[in-house]
Amino acid sequence: MDRRRTLMIAGALGLLAIAAGIAISYAIHWFPVQASTQAKNTDRLYHVLVIASVPIFVLVAGSILYSVWQFRMRPGEELKDGPPIHGNTRLEVFWTALPTALLLGLVGYSFVVLHENEKKPAREIQIGVTGQQFVWTYQYPTSVTGGAPINSYQLYLPENESVEFNLRSKDVIHAFWIPAFRVQEDVVPGITTHWRATPDRLGHYPVVCNLLCGAGHSLMRSTVHVVPESQFKAWIASQEQSSSGGASAAGASG
Amino acid sequence: MAARLKAPGYYRSALMMAGAVAFAFGLTWLVRMSTGHSTFRHFISGDAILTVSLLAVPLAFLVGLGGFDYWFYWAAGRPTRPEDHSGHGARSWKDYFRINTDHKVIGIQYTVNSFIFLLIGGLLAMLMRAQLAQPGSHFVDPNTFNGLFSVHASLLIFLFIIPVFAGLGNFVIPLMIGAPDMAFPRLNALSFWLLPVAGLMMLGSFFAPGGAFADGWTAYAPLSTNAPIGQTFFSVAVQFAGASSVMTALNFLVTIITMRAPGMSFFRMPLLVWANFATSLLVVIATPFIAASQFFVLLDRALGFNFFNAAHGGDVLMYQHVFWFYSHPAVYIMMLPGFGIISEVIAVKSRKPIFGYRMMAFSLLAIVGLGFTVWAHHMFTSGMASWIRIPMAITTAIIAVPTGIKIFSWLATLWRGVLHLDTPMLFALGFLTTFTLGGISGVMLAMVPFDIHVSSTYFIVAHIHYVLFGGSLMTIFAGVYYWFPKMTGRMFDERLGKWHFWTTFIFMNLTFGPMHILGLQGMPRRVSTYAAKFADLNLFISIASFGLGLSVLIFVYNIVTSWRGGPRSVSNPWRAMTLEWHVSSPPPVFNFDRVPTVVGGPYEYGVPGAVHGIFTPTPTPVGAGVPATSGEH
Repeated sequence: MDRRRTLMIAGALGLLAIAAGIAISYAIHWFPVQASTQAKNTDRLYHVLVIASVPIFVLVAGSILYSVWQFRMRPGEELKDGPPIHGNTRLEVFWTALPTALLLGLVGYSFVVLHENEKKPAREIQIGVTGQQFVWTYQYPTSVTGGAPINSYQLYLPENESVEFNLRSKDVIHAFWIPAFRVQEDVVPGITTHWRATPDRLGHYPVVCNLLCGAGHSLMRSTVHVVPESQFKAWIASQEQSSSGGASAAGASG
Repeated sequence: MAARLKAPGYYRSALMMAGAVAFAFGLTWLVRMSTGHSTFRHFISGDAILTVSLLAVPLAFLVGLGGFDYWFYWAAGRPTRPEDHSGHGARSWKDYFRINTDHKVIGIQYTVNSFIFLLIGGLLAMLMRAQLAQPGSHFVDPNTFNGLFSVHASLLIFLFIIPVFAGLGNFVIPLMIGAPDMAFPRLNALSFWLLPVAGLMMLGSFFAPGGAFADGWTAYAPLSTNAPIGQTFFSVAVQFAGASSVMTALNFLVTIITMRAPGMSFFRMPLLVWANFATSLLVVIATPFIAASQFFVLLDRALGFNFFNAAHGGDVLMYQHVFWFYSHPAVYIMMLPGFGIISEVIAVKSRKPIFGYRMMAFSLLAIVGLGFTVWAHHMFTSGMASWIRIPMAITTAIIAVPTGIKIFSWLATLWRGVLHLDTPMLFALGFLTTFTLGGISGVMLAMVPFDIHVSSTYFIVAHIHYVLFGGSLMTIFAGVYYWFPKMTGRMFDERLGKWHFWTTFIFMNLTFGPMHILGLQGMPRRVSTYAAKFADLNLFISIASFGLGLSVLIFVYNIVTSWRGGPRSVSNPWRAMTLEWHVSSPPPVFNFDRVPTVVGGPYEYGVPGAVHGIFTPTPTPVGAGVPATSGEH
C-alpha cells in the first residue's frame, strides 16, 4: 500500500475514534447529580474540555500507532537508517501557535464560567460554616432567621436562593465541599473564606471535608438538605424553639 | 581496632553517631536547665533529644564515613592527602558501600538506592490499596493509613524520582560530554550518601511515638506544626534530600558548563544533557524554598516560633506559597530529565535525527522559566486572594505549549524512521501515550471552575500518577533498559523486558484511569474509608494495583539475573552516536583513553558519513575537515 492510501485509512480511523471518544464521554456518568446552577456551568465546561481533548489524544496515540504500523523495522532493515529530516520551521510554528490559541481560548472560556459562577446576585443569604476536627457546624445569622441567630449541626438551604457561605476554622485547615454543587473552598484558621452557590434541586447531598485534617478526616461528613422555601422557614422556626430551650446544638461560638 | 576507629568507615561512623546522641542529650539538658527546668527532674525531654539527634546523628554518620575528610584536612591547614585514585572506580561490591568519587560508581549507587526506595514506596501503596479495597475496612487504623500515603509520596518523590534521574545523569552526563568525571567528585560522593540517610529517616518515622508523619507529603501547617514527633522526621529528612539535590545540580551545572570535550558546543550536546542542565537550574533556584518551608515548620514545632499559628499572628497560607514555590517546579524537576531520556531513545531507535533539535532545547528553557510562574494553581481553593487565580491559570495553560512542542517533535521523529520496537522504545512510546493523558488532565485542572470541583480529589491522584508514573517512571524504565548494557556490560532479557512493559502499561491504566471518575464523582483523596457508592471502582483499582505491583517484580528479576549472568554486551549495541557508546561497556575508570573531539551533532542518523565525536591522540581543530576514520573502536 502506498503512503497516501495508508494515511487515508488512518485518517478515517482517527475521525471514527474521535467521534467514538466524544460519544463515550457523553455516555459515561462522570458527575454526581447537578444540584446548583454552578454545577451546570462547570459540567458544561468539563464537556467542552473533553471535546477539545479527545482529538489531541487521538492525534498523538494515532500517530504512534500509525508509525508502529508503517515504520517498524522489517527483517533485513537492521542496519538501515531513516531519512535525515532535521525539522520543518513552518510545521514547528504551526504546532506552537495552534495549541497556544486553543489553550488561550479554553482558559478564556473558563474565566467566563468562573465569573458566571461567582458573581454576586441581587439578593442572597449568608450562612456561616465552622470547621473543627472533625465536625461541621452552621451558623444562621439574624438576617436569615429574622430572630435570634442559630447554630446547628444541620445544614438546610432554601431552593433557588443564592447562598454565600462564610467559612471559619477553629483548628487546622479543612475544605468545605459539596460535590453536588461542584464548589469547594478551604476553611483556614485566622481568615474567613467564602463561596457561593445557588441550589436549584431539592434533595439531600453529602458535605465533604476535602482537605486532610487529621485522623478523623475520612469521617468529617455532613449533609445539605435543599428544601422548598416554606419548609426552610419551618425548620428555622423549629431550630429557634430548640435553642431557646438552652439546648444549642454546638455552643454559641462562631 | 583503634586504627579501624580512626579510618573512614562504618566503625568510625558508629562511634561518631553514639557521640552525636550524647551531644543531643547534653545540649537539650543544658538548654532546658538554663531556661529554668529543674536540673534533675526534667532531665529528659524525648522530643527535644530526638529532634537534635535527627540533625546531629546523620551528620556524624557522614563524617564518620569520610564524606568530609578532605575538606577537614584542608580547613585545618593540615596536608591534604594527594589523590591516589584509591577511592575511584569499583573493584568489588564492597566499593559500592563506601565513599567513592567515581561518577559511574556513584551513578549506580544512586540508581540502585533509588530503586530500593521505589520497591518500599510501592509496597506502602499496596498496603493502602488493601485498606481501600472496601469501605470501612480495618486493615490499618486511620492514623497509620495517613502515615502510609504520606511516606509513600515522600519516598517516591524525594528518594526515587528525583534521585534516580540524578543517578542516571551522574553515570551518563560526563560520558556524553566527553569528560573524565564530574567537576566535583567529592561533593558528588557526599551528595549520594545524604540520600540513604533521608530515606531511612522517613521510614524510621513509622517507629516514632505517635506514628509516622501523617499530613501528606505536602505537610500543610498548622496540621503539621501540631503533629506528633514523626513529623520532625519529615522536616529534617527533606533537608538532607534537598541538600543532596542542590549539590548534584551544582555539580551538573559546573560539569556541563566547563567540562565539555573540544568541539562540544551547547548545540551539539545530546538532549539528555540539555534536560539535566535545565533541571539543575530549577533545582538550585527552587530547592531552598522547600528547605525554608520545612525549617519554618521545624522552628514552629521545636521552639514555638508561631510562623503558622494564626492565633499569634502567623500566616497559614504563607506555608503553602513557600512550599509550592518549590513543589511546582519540582514537578518539572521530576519530568525534564525524563524528556531527555526519551529524546535519546526515540532518536536512536527511530534511526533518525531528533526533529527540531533547537526547539527541543529552547522548550526546556521555556519550561524552566514558566515553571516558576504557576505555583499558585495548587491553591485555587486555598482562600488566597481570588485575583491570583487569573494569571496563574493563564500561565498554567501556556506551559502546556513547550511540552506540546516536545511531544509533536517526538512524533515527527518517529515519522518515516526505522523503528526498533525493543524494550526501551516500547517504554518511550508508552510514555508518550500515558504522559499525554496526564498533560491533558493537567490542562483541564488549569481551568479554575473545574479545579474548584476536583481539587484534592481522586482526580488529582489520577492526574499526578499519570504524570509521575505514566510520565516519569516510564522514562526511568526506558532509560534504565537503554543504558543497562553500558552500566553493567551485560544485556538484559528482551522477552522479559517486553512482558514488563505490557504488564506495566496495562495495569497502570487500569489502576489510575478509573480514579478520574472517582474524583469527579466526589471521592476525596487521603481518606481511609469512603461512601458505599465508590466501592466497586475501588475494589477494581485495588486488584489492578496488585497486578501493577507484580509487574515490577518482572523488572527486578530481569535486572538482577541479567546483571549477574546476562550475555556480555558490546560497547555500542544500539549503534548510537553519542559519546558514551564509543567507550567500552562498562567504561574504563577514567572514561576516555583518548580525548574525544566533537565534530557534529549528536543525532545525525541517516546523514551519510556523519560523525558526532572522533577519538584521536591530539584534538583536531573543528572545521578542519572530518577524517575518514570514524570514532568507532
